[in-house]
Amino acid sequence: MNRPRLVDGARLQYDDVREEHLLLIPEGAVRLNPTAAQVLELCDGERTVEKIAAALSERYAGADVADDVRELLGGMGARGLVVDAAA
Amino acid sequence: MPPPKPYTLVAELTYQCPLHCPYCSNPVDIGADRWRAQLETEHWTRVFREARAIGVVQLALTGGEPMLHRDLDELTAAARAAGLYSTLVTAGTRFTRERAEQLKAAGLDHVQVSIQSPDPEENDRIAGIRSFDKKIAAARAAREFGFPLTINCVLHRQNLDRIEEILALTEELGAQRLELANTQYYGWAVVNEPALIPTRDQLGRGEEAVRRFRERVGPRITVLWVLPDIYEDLPKPCMGGWGRTTLVVAPNGEALPCQAAATIPGLEFPNVKDHSLEWIWNESDAFTHFRGTDWMPEPCRSCPLDRQEEDWGGCRCQALRLTGDAAATDPVCRYSPHHETVVAARDQAQTDELVYRTMKRSRFAERA
Repeated sequence: MNRPRLVDGARLQYDDVREEHLLLIPEGAVRLNPTAAQVLELCDGERTVEKIAAALSERYAGADVADDVRELLGGMGARGLVVDAAA
Repeated sequence: MPPPKPYTLVAELTYQCPLHCPYCSNPVDIGADRWRAQLETEHWTRVFREARAIGVVQLALTGGEPMLHRDLDELTAAARAAGLYSTLVTAGTRFTRERAEQLKAAGLDHVQVSIQSPDPEENDRIAGIRSFDKKIAAARAAREFGFPLTINCVLHRQNLDRIEEILALTEELGAQRLELANTQYYGWAVVNEPALIPTRDQLGRGEEAVRRFRERVGPRITVLWVLPDIYEDLPKPCMGGWGRTTLVVAPNGEALPCQAAATIPGLEFPNVKDHSLEWIWNESDAFTHFRGTDWMPEPCRSCPLDRQEEDWGGCRCQALRLTGDAAATDPVCRYSPHHETVVAARDQAQTDELVYRTMKRSRFAERA
């Protein structure tokens, strides 16, 4: 995956009733931890995975998050929730 | 312990529908006085806001045919404003390009189009009305205007041998999801059970076709496939458990834990015109009656598989239909003293004749 974006129709929303981030998809909802929500917010189909990891790293005092970002996006891709904008 | 928060509101906007599907989940007495009253648009928009406030995130705009509701655009916009993810569950015959564009602008999130069969003639015969071409046009309109698309096909003996064609059509239409919904025997399907019950061989071939398709297509298209209860020997968590995930609001405003719950005698269903959704969910007898595990009879109480909080006792409507007691153990369960009623249904007499859904007063209403 090079330039990830959310699959058609998926929508990020903060659920203020449950106080957690959700990825809303057709007839479903995926519960997200705050970091996962931040990563998915950056998946606009323009940024590369490297750019996303770098932007997130900045928020976490330069920590190396590249592997975590790749793993998250890999998992989301395998479930069809994130797709490559180029595909 | 506070009740779990619901995720889904099923809003049955009207029981009017141009189709006559013989397995419709609507009550068989939809022509009766009980269902004549209709909620006002202001009721619905309040219900949407109240639903979000108690945790609902998914809204199904359904029916009948929701496209027949004259304020659908306003309702859709209200759903989006309330923070709900909305799905239009439609037969497609009224979902034109023009309507697709308008509903996109109103904030509709997702479109689910039903087909009765991938074969045009068979589709029209099962639906009881010429509709196939319009359905295909509706699916294409949904994609054209950027909606994620789900195709829904209710499966039964008369169309189960066409799974390969259904899968191919789904792919060709650019759908993201396919719901292969084996008929559940509630509503009109009960009347038509002898014409709908599939054979174990048909289901086996269908399952195999789905497996091959998933392997080839991967996560690009999600295929939902659920084996019908009749060939199972452990219950499913019907509706995710009674009063655990979902509220249904009927066109007249009655709130129900599932589409078929109106058949259960002795339960009084609160109306959203008279009560807040929060009270209905948390306090009403209808929603608390079979919630959790305290209501369970034996052999559920001492379930040897400890499945009480896995299947939540299965389906109350099925227990009622097959044992005469809505509080009995779901007879799908191998430990139910009534399990033989499920086994016997597999070998019942068959017919290909269909009884079509109608809102006229039906002579079949008493039978079901």
